[in-house]
Amino acid sequence: MAGRRFLPLAAVALAVAALQLALSAAGAVYYLTQLTMSAYYSLVVLGLCLLMGYAGQISLGQAGFFAIGGYTSAVLTTVNLHGLSGTPAVQALARLGVLVERRDLYDHVLLSFAPWVGLAAALVLTALVALLIGLPVIRLSGHYLAMATLGFGLIVLRLILATPLLGQADGISGVPPLPLAALRVTGGLARRVENYYISWALVLIGLALAINLVHSRVGRALRSLHGGEEAAGAMGVDTARLKLATFVLSAVFAGVAGVFLTHYNGGIGPSEAASMKSVRYVAVVAVGGMDNLWGALAAGALLNFISLRGYLGSYDDAFFAGILIAVMLFFPEGLLKARLGGRRAGRAAGSG
Amino acid sequence: MRFEQVFQYFLAGLTEGAIFAIVAIGFNIIYNTTGIINFAQGEFLVLGGMIAVSLSAFLPLALAVALAVAATIVVGALVDLLFIRWLASPSVLRLVVITIGISILLREGMLHLWDEKVRALRPFTGSEISSVRILGARISPQALWALGISAVIVVALSLFFRLTLIGRAMRATAANRTAARLCGINTRWMVTLSFMLSAGIGALAGCAISPLTQTQYDMGASLAIKGFTVAILGGLGNSMAAVAAGLALGLVEVFSVSLLPLAYKDAVSLTVLLIILFFRPSGLFGRAEVQRLKEF
Amino acid sequence: MKKIVAKAVLILALVLMAALPLAAQKGSIKIGAVLAVTGPASNLGAPEAKTLEMLVAEANSSGGIAGRKVELVLKDTGASPEKALSFARQLIEEEKVLAIIGPSTSGESMKIKDVCEEGRTILLSCAAAEAIVNPVAKWVFKTPQNDAFATRWIYQYLKDKGLTRIGVVASNTGFGNAGKAQLEKYAPQFGIEILIAEVYDKEATDLTGVLTKLKAKDVQAVVNWSIEPAQSLVAKNIRQLGMDAPLLQSHGFGNIKYAEAAGQAAEGIIFPCGRLLVADTLPAGHPQKALLQKYKKQYEAKYNEDVSTFGGHAYDAFIILAEAVRRAGSAEPEKVRSAIENLKGFAGTAGIFNFSPTDHNGLDMSSFEMLTVKNGKFTLLKP
Repeated sequence: MAGRRFLPLAAVALAVAALQLALSAAGAVYYLTQLTMSAYYSLVVLGLCLLMGYAGQISLGQAGFFAIGGYTSAVLTTVNLHGLSGTPAVQALARLGVLVERRDLYDHVLLSFAPWVGLAAALVLTALVALLIGLPVIRLSGHYLAMATLGFGLIVLRLILATPLLGQADGISGVPPLPLAALRVTGGLARRVENYYISWALVLIGLALAINLVHSRVGRALRSLHGGEEAAGAMGVDTARLKLATFVLSAVFAGVAGVFLTHYNGGIGPSEAASMKSVRYVAVVAVGGMDNLWGALAAGALLNFISLRGYLGSYDDAFFAGILIAVMLFFPEGLLKARLGGRRAGRAAGSG
Repeated sequence: MRFEQVFQYFLAGLTEGAIFAIVAIGFNIIYNTTGIINFAQGEFLVLGGMIAVSLSAFLPLALAVALAVAATIVVGALVDLLFIRWLASPSVLRLVVITIGISILLREGMLHLWDEKVRALRPFTGSEISSVRILGARISPQALWALGISAVIVVALSLFFRLTLIGRAMRATAANRTAARLCGINTRWMVTLSFMLSAGIGALAGCAISPLTQTQYDMGASLAIKGFTVAILGGLGNSMAAVAAGLALGLVEVFSVSLLPLAYKDAVSLTVLLIILFFRPSGLFGRAEVQRLKEF
Repeated sequence: MKKIVAKAVLILALVLMAALPLAAQKGSIKIGAVLAVTGPASNLGAPEAKTLEMLVAEANSSGGIAGRKVELVLKDTGASPEKALSFARQLIEEEKVLAIIGPSTSGESMKIKDVCEEGRTILLSCAAAEAIVNPVAKWVFKTPQNDAFATRWIYQYLKDKGLTRIGVVASNTGFGNAGKAQLEKYAPQFGIEILIAEVYDKEATDLTGVLTKLKAKDVQAVVNWSIEPAQSLVAKNIRQLGMDAPLLQSHGFGNIKYAEAAGQAAEGIIFPCGRLLVADTLPAGHPQKALLQKYKKQYEAKYNEDVSTFGGHAYDAFIILAEAVRRAGSAEPEKVRSAIENLKGFAGTAGIFNFSPTDHNGLDMSSFEMLTVKNGKFTLLKP
């Protein structure tokens, strides 16, 4: 039974591998670059799908969490403490083993935090902010929730633009690779195939987590929320805690994606925190079907891939809006009707 | 601070606030009749300005503005007829998403119909450097026009909703759609009418502010966000409150400039928005029950 | 089942696309362009794109560059650095371009600087940040002038006129912040006192609030550093507030549309700028005159809009590249790159370029003139 629900995961994994082999054989390995970037954006979309489809909460601020994750790791790995290496504070940090020295392309010596520190800090900060914002936000619903999350995302953007440490409008560049045991998250051409698999592995882990969640007691409680909050409350479901937990989880998905993509791209800019990005994430979930993890994944991967390849040139946004409107009007259940495990929330109530 | 300076900030805050209030009123009209927050509201202002600028090249200003308003009203009607009317069973999520899509479509449409260049309508009276002295402070005559036109819109709307049959029919639709239909009101047309009305006042406001703020195809989003903030601040659906809230927010923003670095100005109004949403979502003047009525 | 079929189709589609021929036509020169044609920086990218397309068409109609046809692959980034990065990688690896012209903004340029350096592809950036060529990367060049020059021109003027107590406003963008940093850096050297410096949002609709602050400080002059349309608001708001202080702007004002948007308020604005906008008033025989007039005439005839200095940066990038190919006698990347580095006394729209291995911008103070607005037109400022 458990195996069956993870079968689609295996299918995705196989497809991912098959695609890479096919592209390598065809000498078109460069597509992997955009596929890797799309994977990270899809991770954000997956988290949002959990939030929107299963907990029924709209969030127009996911780009804010992506940015918090990405910028935290970017700042920590590019801040240069070399000039302060004599001070006791920096010496202490060095002894703790959290600092790392390296040379950049122009032979300057840089002393910054190790990438794993950046990753850890990013995760903690993202979760913390999500918790802080989530507490008041989950009490809202409908348009108010949309506005509050939009407002949050915009505040993150404004703060980034106002803070020199965060690079203001130019963003942060020169972010070093993120080592993961023997692997490295980097955009370098030599490690392209490796990074493709890292990104999709992350997506698969996220998917596995999501599937697990959806099929667990917690997940069923979540779906009951979607059906009717008061009823769920009457059944003893702690709606507030559930919604908050999902909110934080989706934020962490976005934050992780932010960290990895920042290391892959070697930098991050305020455009990643723009409200248009948040809108796009929401739209992608809507196109895939609000509570359809597969739909979200497929839509996320495909639409981002098209956008990053520039196939539509200056009409990218217009096309996107068109798809969005068409799906909302004609396919309100999303383009991919296939549902998770084939069971609907209503029928599941009968079984254990 | 000297009095003139305070009064100067006051006037600047009023002008900005009046613009926010008009955008908020546009939201409220549609929200009242349909429960939808029209994310494309900002685009109506920009569209009005763009059309007016193009027409004013060969038509007298007043005529250009009138035609621009008329054209935008048609666009507003189309937005409802082509998109909103088709929504079978709209959930809030779906509505939010579709109006966002419409907003992007309108923006990209403007980009490709016109181009990316910035435009400005001629000032209605005087020139770009005209200045009127009031109590030691100075204000552009165009700002007075914007304030005046906003006031006229507010008064005309309240008269419309209170005294005319159509206005009352719209209010009935807003209060209780089924009952209105039972009374023989064609609620579907009331919805179209609300879009047309919002588009019209948006376009008029857009023309009034174009000489001040300039007009560029992608200005709609930031106007809309300020408009939402004000609408929610006053209480969604309450247009009188939106006026008060708009003026209040405009003043808060401008006075914040005197205390904080300018770079944080927008963060101030966003923080205000979040505080209101967290502690009093029905707005400063709203009542909680009214909000629940609007849930789908 | 459906999802597996969908994925199979996707794979098939990609494989088919991969099979499409991407190699350059025999012997032709492939140039990539990564510009912000639409979106928040479209006032920069759109004229740059138009200029490039015009130049490529002209080159091809007269036999190409050194007898080779020119192929332009233009990508619209919408000022998004992620897209710029993705397109840069595409251009370097798949299209195997000789050079990339652009991006339009400093943020995007910094993101692709390393990629181009590692990919051994010439990058001719149209963005102004000094960090693009400092530290110098072998393959990365930029065509706009340095902010430092504009700053020194502005300050020299202010110093000469005895206007030493000033207020600075800059737009909150890469260009604006960089300019503000330069203004703050050079102020002591010229005896200028910046009484107040503020940054405004590029989408601002009204700046009377911040300008009231400047008025209250009784500044003797206002310096406005921005490259976006919002800079015209400063001009209007200053006069509407009844401030008489002269207004100086940066070279980001080099677009007549900004003067038009400010209308009467633009009269008397003073700013350092490349000579493109006053080409006709240059003395006969000036090394740039013929080139500038030709660009102006062609562009305005083809696109029915005025030239701007922004488009000029793309113009310079192209003609520098073309000249380098001619001098190198080949389209081999290292040879062309080296040829660019050795280009001296080369006339472009922004000034006379003198490249060297340590100077990948090639311009200096003399690339600017002081311009002003008179009767709605740009003219040379008479001393």
